[in-house]
Amino acid sequence: MLRLLAAAIGLISIAAAVGASAEPPAGAAACSGCHPASTRVTSPVPRLAGRDSAAIVKAIQDFRSGARAGTVMDRIAKGFTDEEIQAIAAWYAAQK
Amino acid sequence: MKPGRREFLKLGVGAAAGAALFPARARAQSTAARVVVVGGGFAGASCARALRQADRRLAVTLVEPNPTFTACPFSNAVIVGLRELRAQQFTYDRIAADGIVIARTTATGVDPQARSLTLADGARLAYDRLVLAPGIDIRWNALPGYDQAAAAQMPHAWQAGDQTLLLRRQLEAMDDGGLVVISAPANPFRCPPGPYERASLIAYFLKTKKPKSKLIILDAKDAFSKQRLFQQAWSELYPGLIEWVSLSKGGSVTSVDPATRTLVTDFGRHQAKVANVIPPQKAGRIADVAGVTDRSGWCPIDPATFESKLQPGVHVIGDAAIAGAMPKSAFAANSQAKACAAAVAQLLTAATPSTPKLINTCYSLVAPDYGISVAGVYHPANGVLADVPGSGGLSPAEAPRATRAAEAVLAEAWFRTITDEVFG
Repeated sequence: MLRLLAAAIGLISIAAAVGASAEPPAGAAACSGCHPASTRVTSPVPRLAGRDSAAIVKAIQDFRSGARAGTVMDRIAKGFTDEEIQAIAAWYAAQK
Repeated sequence: MKPGRREFLKLGVGAAAGAALFPARARAQSTAARVVVVGGGFAGASCARALRQADRRLAVTLVEPNPTFTACPFSNAVIVGLRELRAQQFTYDRIAADGIVIARTTATGVDPQARSLTLADGARLAYDRLVLAPGIDIRWNALPGYDQAAAAQMPHAWQAGDQTLLLRRQLEAMDDGGLVVISAPANPFRCPPGPYERASLIAYFLKTKKPKSKLIILDAKDAFSKQRLFQQAWSELYPGLIEWVSLSKGGSVTSVDPATRTLVTDFGRHQAKVANVIPPQKAGRIADVAGVTDRSGWCPIDPATFESKLQPGVHVIGDAAIAGAMPKSAFAANSQAKACAAAVAQLLTAATPSTPKLINTCYSLVAPDYGISVAGVYHPANGVLADVPGSGGLSPAEAPRATRAAEAVLAEAWFRTITDEVFG
């Protein structure tokens, strides 16, 4: 159990390190067209940087399935696979 | 043991990737790779910034003659007095503060073999990679009678600025009961829903200020972007005010007479009090000079890297590019710019460019509190940027006014967000 936990922490820290330094994964750069990159901007659309990865994944998957109503995110989420969503979420979670 | 072994393998992969990057980094430190971006609109300015974000060592020059950028999205609101032109205008100060050299001049020549750009003063600018983001040029005289002088009588207002204000003054000066005519071009052209958003907002202006007036759209097409949503909203908000004449109903304008503000079709003549001619377009001039346009007047590109299919080392983004299913929009230009910047940075470090995924979202205002949208997700497939199957589409056809009002609010938020990212 401890070993598993240690491994999980290891994976998370690697994911975080990769996310913070690496190129944004496919699709991630396009999000900031609507999701403000800067805290200067007032918008009803949330900033993604530093958000909980699992929460981002759930939100996009719920938009995609229709469990959550969206205005445009329902249409955009349908263009992404689970793997892509997870990579985008991990990358944004690692941003400041 | 097993998780540990997996960790080791992951780290091993990471170390290998690091080693692969190292020679390129060493090279970049000794001589910074030079990227020149021509055109400071949504595409070019976004790309210049994204290049610096991708790799701080890149020497990035943005060639743009205008000290101020005037944005087209929301300029239809300026035309009808709902917004001032200064809300559309942005400087390059923050971009310069990112360490990007702004060359306030016009690019006049490109030598792709020598990898050199010529500027208006005769100076040459060497590059390792060139990004062209020249936007559109009007095809003067493609519509007989419509030349630069005609645009002073019958504004196109398809490049925001003085033309926007000219059309606004003409609408303000028109007597109640006047006829406004919009001529919409065949595909492809900048901002596919733009003529119909403009018609909608002019109808809003006429309904509130000059209610005896009428608006005719003469169209060179039989279908247009967001058509069902626009037409539904027109019958709901502006019944009897807007008449759309499709290509098959004789809508294609064959010539214009600026002296009398007359638009001629195969079926008749329309003498307008205010005539807005949205003319045929092509990629901005430097694309032609660089040899990256094909016979269509637009620029064929690799869908993953945006590198020209006609000239190596030259990338084309934004309205000038043939981007497959992606429309010529500010959002698409910004999305392409970031994908292109990533590819250019990778190519300069001899890395294999990754496969991008791009998004477009376009809002249109039918009234100040009535917004509609189209969205799409795109990826390279069969050599072009194609729709990701099952994604994208329009706002729902049946929706409460609260949804339309929410999209109008989101439209303005989008403008604030994207202009902050690009110019803020």
